[in-house]
Amino acid sequence: MTVTSARAVDAGTEEAWRGLVAGAWQDRIDVRDFIQRNVRPYLGDAGFLEGPTPRTTALWARIAALLPEERRRGVLDVDATTPSSILAHAPGWIDREHELIVGLQTDAPLKRAIMPFGGWRLVAKELETYGYPVDPALETIFTRYRRTHNDGVFDVYPAAVLRARRSGVVTGLPDAYGRGRIIGDYRRVPLYGVDALVAAKREERAELDLRYSDEPTIRLREEVAEQIRALEDLRTMAERYGFDIRGPARTGREAVQWLYFGYLAAIKEQNGAAMSLGRVSTFLDVYLQRDLDRGLIDERRAQELVDDLVIKLRIVRFLRTPEYDELFSGDPTWVTESIGGLAEDGRPLVTRTSFRFLQTLYDLGPAPEPNLTVLWDSGLPEGFKRFCAKVSIDTSSIQYESDRAIRGACGDDAAIACCVSPMRVGKQMQFFGARVNVAKALLYAINGGRDEVSGEQIGPVTVPLMGDVLDFDEVWTAYLRELDWLAATYVEALNCIHFMHDKYAYERLEMALHDRDVLRTLACGIAGLSVATDSLSAIRDARVHPVRDESGLAVDYRVEGDFPAYGNDDDRVDAIAVSIVHAFMERLRRHPAYRDAVHTQSVLTITSNVVYGRHTGATPDGRPAGAPSAPGANPMNGRDVHGMLAAALSVAKLPFADARDGISLTSTIVPQGLGRTEEERVGNLTGLLDAYTAAGGYHLNVNVLNRSTLEDAMAHPDRYPELTIRVSGYAVRFIRLTREQQLDVISRTFHESV
Amino acid sequence: MTRLPPPVVAAPPPTAPSGVTASVHSWELATAVDGPGTRLTVFLSGCPLRCRYCHNPDTWRFEDGTPTPVGDLVELVRRYRPVFTATGGGVTLSGGEPLRQPDVVRELFTACRRMGVRTALDTSGFLGADADDELLDVTDLVLLDVKSGLADTYRAVTGGELAPTVAFGDRLAARGDRMWIRFVLVPGLTDADENVDAVGRIVARWPTVDRVEVLPFHQLGEHKWDALGIPYSLHGVRPPDAETQDRVRARLRSHGLLVL
Repeated sequence: MTVTSARAVDAGTEEAWRGLVAGAWQDRIDVRDFIQRNVRPYLGDAGFLEGPTPRTTALWARIAALLPEERRRGVLDVDATTPSSILAHAPGWIDREHELIVGLQTDAPLKRAIMPFGGWRLVAKELETYGYPVDPALETIFTRYRRTHNDGVFDVYPAAVLRARRSGVVTGLPDAYGRGRIIGDYRRVPLYGVDALVAAKREERAELDLRYSDEPTIRLREEVAEQIRALEDLRTMAERYGFDIRGPARTGREAVQWLYFGYLAAIKEQNGAAMSLGRVSTFLDVYLQRDLDRGLIDERRAQELVDDLVIKLRIVRFLRTPEYDELFSGDPTWVTESIGGLAEDGRPLVTRTSFRFLQTLYDLGPAPEPNLTVLWDSGLPEGFKRFCAKVSIDTSSIQYESDRAIRGACGDDAAIACCVSPMRVGKQMQFFGARVNVAKALLYAINGGRDEVSGEQIGPVTVPLMGDVLDFDEVWTAYLRELDWLAATYVEALNCIHFMHDKYAYERLEMALHDRDVLRTLACGIAGLSVATDSLSAIRDARVHPVRDESGLAVDYRVEGDFPAYGNDDDRVDAIAVSIVHAFMERLRRHPAYRDAVHTQSVLTITSNVVYGRHTGATPDGRPAGAPSAPGANPMNGRDVHGMLAAALSVAKLPFADARDGISLTSTIVPQGLGRTEEERVGNLTGLLDAYTAAGGYHLNVNVLNRSTLEDAMAHPDRYPELTIRVSGYAVRFIRLTREQQLDVISRTFHESV
Repeated sequence: MTRLPPPVVAAPPPTAPSGVTASVHSWELATAVDGPGTRLTVFLSGCPLRCRYCHNPDTWRFEDGTPTPVGDLVELVRRYRPVFTATGGGVTLSGGEPLRQPDVVRELFTACRRMGVRTALDTSGFLGADADDELLDVTDLVLLDVKSGLADTYRAVTGGELAPTVAFGDRLAARGDRMWIRFVLVPGLTDADENVDAVGRIVARWPTVDRVEVLPFHQLGEHKWDALGIPYSLHGVRPPDAETQDRVRARLRSHGLLVL
């Protein structure tokens, strides 16, 4: 992708770029080159930061005042009659006089839009759920005249996919909701301005005229044409807010605003499962630093701009159904922002604005969105590492990913989409594939392809394993055969989905902020890994007797004897988990993917482990029917007995090469479990992160719980299955304690004796 | 912060184990509770005391532990060396009473020293006389439990004598060995001012003490007593409230101690 050469840039662009280090980024669209040449790494501590201004606090208070009502009703308001697009809604403000960064998804804050191109039935259901009338004209359009993604997918699913989907062995598929997990390179908007981006897309389009008009070329021509239209709409949308974004941003405030407009246009068009932001903080730092150097702004204003952007990111809303919420609870949007990391030459990509993004958790209070993600490396500046740890301890609101792993796979301008999926920004996208339940697949292997809950034949008919005691070799052989079928069925399902998503709900704005020729991955995933692993361990090292119903279906298991459990850094059993991950990845790769996508896999459940567990019968590890599986790559609750780090080291063994879409671990620590003083706690958490990533650990969600969280856990124990408390020489699951003991712990743990 | 001797780097691997076998209750990778950084804490079985508030009564009997060659423990330490490096941690032997198995302590800590891994000994000091100088030479830090400062109270709490602990502390101080002192605060049992002051006076004369940790009593071990069928005398005792903890910490501080 090229822009007109540096010498030919207009006077406005030249002015906007004044003071920036020149380079190849001026001759072509190349944000990474811009960052590499202009980044000013910050090696100090958090001492320079400023808190919120009264303006910021007042602005956030206006939003905060709306949240209880939204929580009570599920949604604050819905525009039920306007299918959303970049230009569909009139401009809106929170507080027009006092907002530094403007733009809302609809004409009012927290008012949700309908997005029917993914599927009309879903929209109708959403409106019904929240008590809004369904517009008959829209219904006619989207049922008679205009087909949707959802319609398309169900026209082409083969019967085997429908069966697997119904039984829940394949589940959460984005066939009725937006696939998401595509990150537009929103930085391109401020760096180049929309006109240069349109010009570059026109060049890309012109080049396609030279290609023979076969199916891939025809499709691409249409897509690029759509991308250009989206960019033009973006320009118009900004105009309606009173901004001319045809040229590059000239100041820090413009850079934040231009970038946010890019993102806003994306979330007006798509309600993807994850609408991640990318890696913007260090990019924006170049602009903020230039303004600071020129004396145009001070630190308070720099922080205000970041705070205002983050306020906007916190109020991203999509209309969703209760079924969706069951899979992904808590109304998440995954506005993931990746912070920190190292450059390929070893320089830290940490800037003052990396700190400023984390500071928003103090200025505006802790929050799950935006999903602040630190790309961790032991080589990050000490001051930044310590600040991250402090923020984690104070807010439990940030997650960590191994920068070394990501840098190796995707280079140093990569960002996380959703939770753990790394991709090169603007150069790579994924076809999100939800996940299959490998624990259920194991039960299918034992039951000859029949579902253990319904008895229905889901997989191909094989001979059920009929002995009184399950034999490991027999089970493993049958399991691999079952995985053959599962991988084939799964890839077919994803091919159908993404063909139709491209056709009916193409992300034209997000893809306009990509190079034309992107690397596509087919992001498969597995759930139930720890259940399957422990079950196989039990079959191998204990005696597992299937309990069969009158039809011969194994519906329960009696386990005699002990077996090593995953999550104790015990190679005997961890090797089984590694084998499952490897075996399934190998099988996925055998089946050609739509648009030549590269197969990847994640070990991630988000919060869907509860739903998966509910639809899975009893398993040979002793887990009762319907009980939740562990989230992501976590060990099963209560089976890890050697402490949090030993559990983490088991997870760290899962090979990233076979799970390039990420491996998720969630840990919960009480402050006392990290040290007796803040100094100690910060030092110990940085040490744990270093130790885990050095061992090959990929991702860590760290919860450091405060008193109110434990109190909440007492009121809602189901939300805190893995909450572990530790006292000297003794660890215990919080929710297993009696009420009295819980009160005891709360009174004791939180007596901070610094 | 504790200043510990710098670890020996790039040391040769330990020599072949001598064949000493430990009686091990369990092990765990734990942070922040049993010494600096992340520790491999190995709980050894067997204890001569019978503390009324003990939260690990399942570690009392030597015979109940799993026989484990020290060589296996050395391998476990070796496995976690990167963790110790990253976190500034090391190995802690706890229990039970680790000095119930002094040969195990000496041999494991010697191997740790060869690997450049720091060591900590979590002990009541009751069997301090069994720790020879060779053992203490390879111990970087002693976590010494001073369960009471008055002989009568000590006897009432533990069933044992206070004097050996004091003698052990005196010896460590004379040798220049670093110590963290731990004092478990049990309402009605150890919280009397005269007892706290007695602890303060004893500890204050040991210049090698880096910190004193006041550990509030808790009831998390209660179910273990019940499960083992051992009569438990502290049913219904509440953990000390914040006020009591503050009072006790302040009293200890008045003896010139760094109290956490």
